[in-house]
Amino acid sequence: MTDQTPALRLEGIVKTFPGVRALDGVSFTVMPGEVHALMGENGAGKSTLMKVLGGIYDPDEGQIFIEEQPTVMTSPMQAKAKGVVFIHQELSLADELSVAENIFLGELPLKSLGRVDWAKLYSQTDAILKTLNVGFNAKTRVGDLSIANQQMVEIARALTVDPRAVIFDEPTASLTDAEKVVLFDVIADLQAKGVGIIYISHRMEEIFKITDRISVLRDGQYRGTLNTSETNEDEVTQLMIGRSLDLSRNASHHELGDIALEVRGLSCGDLFRDVNFNVRRGEVLGFYGLVGAGRTEIAETIFGLRDPSAGQILLNGQEVRISSPIDAISHGISLVPEDRKGQGLVLGMNCRDNMTLPQVDDLTAGPFVSDGAEIAIFDQYRDKLDIRTPGWRQTVGNLSGGNQQKIVIGKWLSMRPEVLIVDEPTRGIDVGSKSEIHNLIRDLAAQGYAVIVISSEMPEVLHVSDRIVAMFSGRVMREFTSEEVTEDSLIQAISGITGDKVA
Amino acid sequence: MAELSKQSIGSFLARQGILVAFVIFMVGFALANQRFIAIDNISGVIRSSAILGVMALGVTFVVIGGNLDLSVGSMMSFSTIVVLDLHDKLGPALAIPAMFGMTLALGAFIGFLVGYLKLNSLIVTLGMLSAIHGLTLTYSGGQNMDIADKAGTWFSVFGQGRVMGIPVPILIFALLAVVLSLVLSRTPFGRKVYAVGGNGQAATFSGIPRARVVFMTYLISAFCVATAGLLQASRSMGSQNTVGQGMELEVLAAVILGGASLLGGSGTIFKTVIGVLILGFIQNGLLLVGLEFYFQYVVTWVIIILAVWLDIAAKRGRIWSPIA
Amino acid sequence: MNRETLLKQGGIWAFIVVELIFFSVAGEYLSVSDKAFMDFDNMLLLLKQSAPIGIIALGMTIIMINGNIDLSVGATFALAAIVLLDSMTWPFMAAMGDWAIPLAWVFALLTGVILGAINGLIVWKTGVDAFIVTLGSMLGYRGLVFMYNGEQPTSHLNWTLVDFAEAQFLGLHTATWFLLGTAVILWLLMTKTVHGRNAYAIGNNREAAVNAGIRVGPHFLINFMIIGFLAALSAVVFYSESGSVNPNDGMLYELWAITAVVLGGTKLTGGYGSIVSTLGGVIAIQLLRKGLGHIGADTETVNLVIGLILIAVLFLDRQLNRKGKEELKI
Repeated sequence: MTDQTPALRLEGIVKTFPGVRALDGVSFTVMPGEVHALMGENGAGKSTLMKVLGGIYDPDEGQIFIEEQPTVMTSPMQAKAKGVVFIHQELSLADELSVAENIFLGELPLKSLGRVDWAKLYSQTDAILKTLNVGFNAKTRVGDLSIANQQMVEIARALTVDPRAVIFDEPTASLTDAEKVVLFDVIADLQAKGVGIIYISHRMEEIFKITDRISVLRDGQYRGTLNTSETNEDEVTQLMIGRSLDLSRNASHHELGDIALEVRGLSCGDLFRDVNFNVRRGEVLGFYGLVGAGRTEIAETIFGLRDPSAGQILLNGQEVRISSPIDAISHGISLVPEDRKGQGLVLGMNCRDNMTLPQVDDLTAGPFVSDGAEIAIFDQYRDKLDIRTPGWRQTVGNLSGGNQQKIVIGKWLSMRPEVLIVDEPTRGIDVGSKSEIHNLIRDLAAQGYAVIVISSEMPEVLHVSDRIVAMFSGRVMREFTSEEVTEDSLIQAISGITGDKVA
Repeated sequence: MAELSKQSIGSFLARQGILVAFVIFMVGFALANQRFIAIDNISGVIRSSAILGVMALGVTFVVIGGNLDLSVGSMMSFSTIVVLDLHDKLGPALAIPAMFGMTLALGAFIGFLVGYLKLNSLIVTLGMLSAIHGLTLTYSGGQNMDIADKAGTWFSVFGQGRVMGIPVPILIFALLAVVLSLVLSRTPFGRKVYAVGGNGQAATFSGIPRARVVFMTYLISAFCVATAGLLQASRSMGSQNTVGQGMELEVLAAVILGGASLLGGSGTIFKTVIGVLILGFIQNGLLLVGLEFYFQYVVTWVIIILAVWLDIAAKRGRIWSPIA
Repeated sequence: MNRETLLKQGGIWAFIVVELIFFSVAGEYLSVSDKAFMDFDNMLLLLKQSAPIGIIALGMTIIMINGNIDLSVGATFALAAIVLLDSMTWPFMAAMGDWAIPLAWVFALLTGVILGAINGLIVWKTGVDAFIVTLGSMLGYRGLVFMYNGEQPTSHLNWTLVDFAEAQFLGLHTATWFLLGTAVILWLLMTKTVHGRNAYAIGNNREAAVNAGIRVGPHFLINFMIIGFLAALSAVVFYSESGSVNPNDGMLYELWAITAVVLGGTKLTGGYGSIVSTLGGVIAIQLLRKGLGHIGADTETVNLVIGLILIAVLFLDRQLNRKGKEELKI
């Protein structure tokens, strides 16, 4: 293997954004016929690295080699032409068109008069589909396919060129076990043909099943490469978390109060089933799990945005019916949503108006909104949360991610909620603001709020939570206290490894 | 420093460009023809813009709320025909509230479809454009409506009267503009309209009853249409079934000219009034310099495209679109 | 094809069948004339009468599949009509005798193509939404119509042309042939050519199309030129016979055309729709118009019924496409 030419090699890639060194001299090599896992916590630099590889970002330093030929990437299309193909997490297909048309999108074979050469299109498509061994044909409408089969169409797209390297980004996120088997077969086939595979995933089980080597990124730095057959989950986890956490554990030292919110047997269709948990005043309950594990959907159900198919929600021991956010808010439940820009803020509005939005009905003098009352609230929470903005007139869309998030948190704190649910509190937020928001969450608990934090970042969950609920595929796998939790056990619980599952 | 001031001039133009264009336009025409800035000319322009203007006020609410209303033209002809018909049957004192009630019912129906059933507003109001037109024709049996005793009624006061020398249509337009401007910019409801249009999901996540807010915007639009119908009926004291036809798009043009985004969440009553006045004064100015009324169509076309183009060019930071 | 799409695509034809049965049966009791509704000549006339809006609606279909909209077609229609009729009176044209006719057609069609290209270029180059661009040009082009001949009608009756327009070939009127010919050509364009398939892809998932290297702008431009051409063709077909155009002609045609397209099931958001279904939508509307007249309803009721049907279709479509109960309530 060592005397072979690498399929793809990245050498000393550096990429900085204002204030952040996202990639700090990362090197990475994929051999032909190898499945190479790329691992790291969220924010470790994996997606930045892939964007450099796909030509979406220009690296500040470093070089990309395809079969040892130095190459400059300018766009995903150009990368594909050079034999580097991405299979994305979000599918980018035209679902009203046929499988064949999607596979050759933008490259339909031509006949005279601008006609599509259907015979050629279908025969080429059939040839590709045959190698994938799939149960649909070239003429099937993509919208009629399952997610797994749509992914096969994306993979088929990669095969229209003779790929040197194929990058899979969390390909199993929405696949069933049977579908995974099919996917892994396809990957094995590609491998057998001498294609180099980069496999990005958080799921240990899969990584150990199909990869040859594992490379780990942390904080934008390359942390090493292990041979899969010679390592174990603990060692990889160590490498990913590595350094002694500057995010220390932080269990509450104050007395916890009564149970504020309790959920019994809550289910919502296929999204999550039979979920039970409670959270006390003064406590931070962490929800940890992969994207798609059902965490966000639970929060949305509690907040009245989804109708549960079974189960009860109890506030202060009383069962409540919540059928809309208006109900939830009147019961003292608040939700800082995952998608800050899409769900948390009206980006075109100013800071103050965003912050007072849920209670604008109550801030009136006569028929009009009272400027004074609004500004008072804004000033209070700007100071309390240390929101840095030139003034309340500033359009929220112009603030940094951290300050935007503080506006959303301020919006709900000013409502004096009983239960505050925070979904992905620090997504897309710079490091400095992150720790501020973490401290803020701890402070809120100390003041007696019941807080639920949902996060995909393990250090964050470990740092802020008193207890942690681990979820996998719509189910609660295990609940940990902050004393008993370890990184290993947490990673195993959310990867679906059912060693000591608590029913 | 020079860079900074260039930038701030750019952003000022992007924000207030329509106002600047309006001023330049007015000055230009005033220089070309002294009569243009005579008080009676200005008052005449505003009076003839009042009907379009009143409708535009209501549509502003709908558009800021993130929807469209293409039914206002045929709804206005409905109101006009109904109030003229009922005038002779019930007398003006009953005819007016009855007409308002019927028009508001139509607005409520649209608001229900778009707000509560979440149907696409473009198609719903397109359907209603046709349906209300049919309703009007059915109601009138295809006949023109006329008030029999034009001299013996006070009904003409809305369209033709003057209070302290000011034509009543101007007063009504101004009053409605002030009231609705306060509602939109100062009340909790107005704030919610901006939130729902700016980001409907975020509004829902903030506990704002989106359906009810959208419903209310259509009710306001219907109220404005009823008022416009009253002005129209009272001005002409008789009408064809086709009055108002095609006005929905002119109204929308005025609102867009004022800078409201069709995506919702932006625009003000003040800017819409400016948009309406620009349309009115363009027409008047072109007439005064000896051009026919239809030249305003071409000028309006150019102005609308330029206004919206400049607006998005400023937002994306480049003149030409990134479309390959 | 699953059942849902079959229902969608067959829906408009099922609706036409229902209309035919309803008006035939109801006509037995209510009809003011003693002719049967499904009289052959009556049906031929129906096709002919649906041609002017129909040809425009077919063009609107490809614009909407592409993810745009065109509100200026009515004005384009009127301007092309004026060019058609007026150009035949130009001295050099008049000297050409009947040879002026094809040339006048070329002028009219060229007018449509140019107006469409202006729309397309503005949409492409400025990035302003097609709704606003064509709302503007709807006014602007109408202004050009008035500038041409003031508020006077433009008239020129050419008997050769009238004979041609009133001719029947294989039983079908000239206008019907144009309608069907347009439908066939556009159907071929949208189902068989790279341009057509790319237009679907762009309307369906613009980002995916762009990522796949499809150049969006030229496709926009071509489709706007096509609809401009078709608006002019519609004028050619209609005014060859009538010989006189008022400056307000074609007003609200854009709305009628959009109604037919939506009834045919084309998605407003783009990416889905078919030429054949639009043809169904056009026929359904004309059938309704004639049918209501046949059973003695006021012609005025037509607008009311069409409007309500449009809304009902939208409502049904939403009910059919509704997801499960667990969906996010936003």
